[in-house]
Amino acid sequence: MCATCGCGDDAGVRVTTVGHDGHSHAPDNGHDHPDDPDRARTVVLEQRILAKNDHLAEHNRTWLAARSCVLVNLMSAPGSGKTSLLERTIAEAALPLGVIEGDQETLVDAQRIEAAGCPVVQINTGAGCHLDADMTARGLRALDPRPGSVVVVENVGNLVCPALFDLGETRRVVIMSTTEGPDKPLKYPQMFVGAHLVLINKVDLLPHLDVTLDQIVTNVRAVAPTAGLLPVSATRGEGMTHWYRWLERLASPVIDERHPAG
Amino acid sequence: MHELSITRSIVESVVDRLPGRRVTLVNLDIGKLSGVEPEALRFCFELVAAGTDLDGAALVIAEPPGRAHCAECGSDFELDALILLCDCGSADVRVRSGHELRIRSVEVA
Ligand SMILES: Nc1nc2c(ncn2[C@@H]2O[C@H](COP(=O)(O)OP(=O)(O)OP(=O)(O)O)[C@@H](O)[C@H]2O)c(=O)[nH]1
Ligand SMILES: [Mg+2]
Ligand SMILES: [Zn+2]
Ligand SMILES: [Zn+2]
Repeated sequence: MCATCGCGDDAGVRVTTVGHDGHSHAPDNGHDHPDDPDRARTVVLEQRILAKNDHLAEHNRTWLAARSCVLVNLMSAPGSGKTSLLERTIAEAALPLGVIEGDQETLVDAQRIEAAGCPVVQINTGAGCHLDADMTARGLRALDPRPGSVVVVENVGNLVCPALFDLGETRRVVIMSTTEGPDKPLKYPQMFVGAHLVLINKVDLLPHLDVTLDQIVTNVRAVAPTAGLLPVSATRGEGMTHWYRWLERLASPVIDERHPAG
Repeated sequence: MHELSITRSIVESVVDRLPGRRVTLVNLDIGKLSGVEPEALRFCFELVAAGTDLDGAALVIAEPPGRAHCAECGSDFELDALILLCDCGSADVRVRSGHELRIRSVEVA
């Protein structure tokens, strides 16, 4: 039983003890049966492996909603430009922002965000290759974002693991940069399938590369046909106003309804 | 390696459900499209289970294949990667199975 929302931790879980005579009792808490103590018994759990994480993620959503905050889970391979994107966003977007930085080690990214003038919390995962809902909960409490903020989580640079862990985000944003090779969406589909928005970063480098924007877009579309797609340059600024508009709409859905064309 | 946290979740969930029970076997569904490697999971499981009620338990992993349905032509087909494209050319494809990450059942002593 969970104190915050009153839901059971085991919500949706059926527990049925099946004896060797085929009879079953349901529901059951998995308690022992006094009869035939030395026979192996099968206990049906039918439980999602990540149920606990998903449950904590729901709590983060509730917590954020109570503060009218939204959470963006920003993911990419190492070095695609997550921190650069945030630095420019902090400087240019007219939005109350907060940042949670996830890295295995160092405070480097948090220091960059701090220097850009934005409230920031660093989470170091050590050996961990992704953030989870529990770490995010701790990060949110430490950040204590002011009501109406857009909180961006810069996840650990990794195209595989973060995809599996719901943090309680409102939206998932994946950055892919032009220098990574156009095949990344095909090689790491899990990451792209769940994305609401894919930013194609470092478009300023396209003239120097063998890859075209079309090739990248085609591959993103193959795995994420409905995701939003924005080509940007985090360091040069190209395309960034579209990203700011996307964030503004996310932060104030009411305004969005009154101006559906915007 | 997210298989390590996945394995921890498995062991924690089972211990939570069946406190104090000696578990001898764990049945899992790890879908082919789930992004989790069964081999890496086996490797982690032995380490993570050591010293818990799941110490030495066997791990049985079923791998449900990816299956998808095309909204355009209505066909059902197998999907070995998350490339959402039907032979008919449509990308209006819904994944029906293959994402499973589930503890089905355990055997207790
Ligand atoms: N040319 C060019 N370089 C960029 C762009 N965006 C980022 N970079 C460079 O790419 C490198 C990595 O950028 P970061 O912002 O640190 O990338 P990151 O995704 O935060 O990296 P990790 O946190 O280590 O995963 C830096 O040298 C940036 O200057 C861009 O739009 N164009
Ligand atoms: Mg960074
Ligand atoms: Zn991992
Ligand atoms: Zn079809």
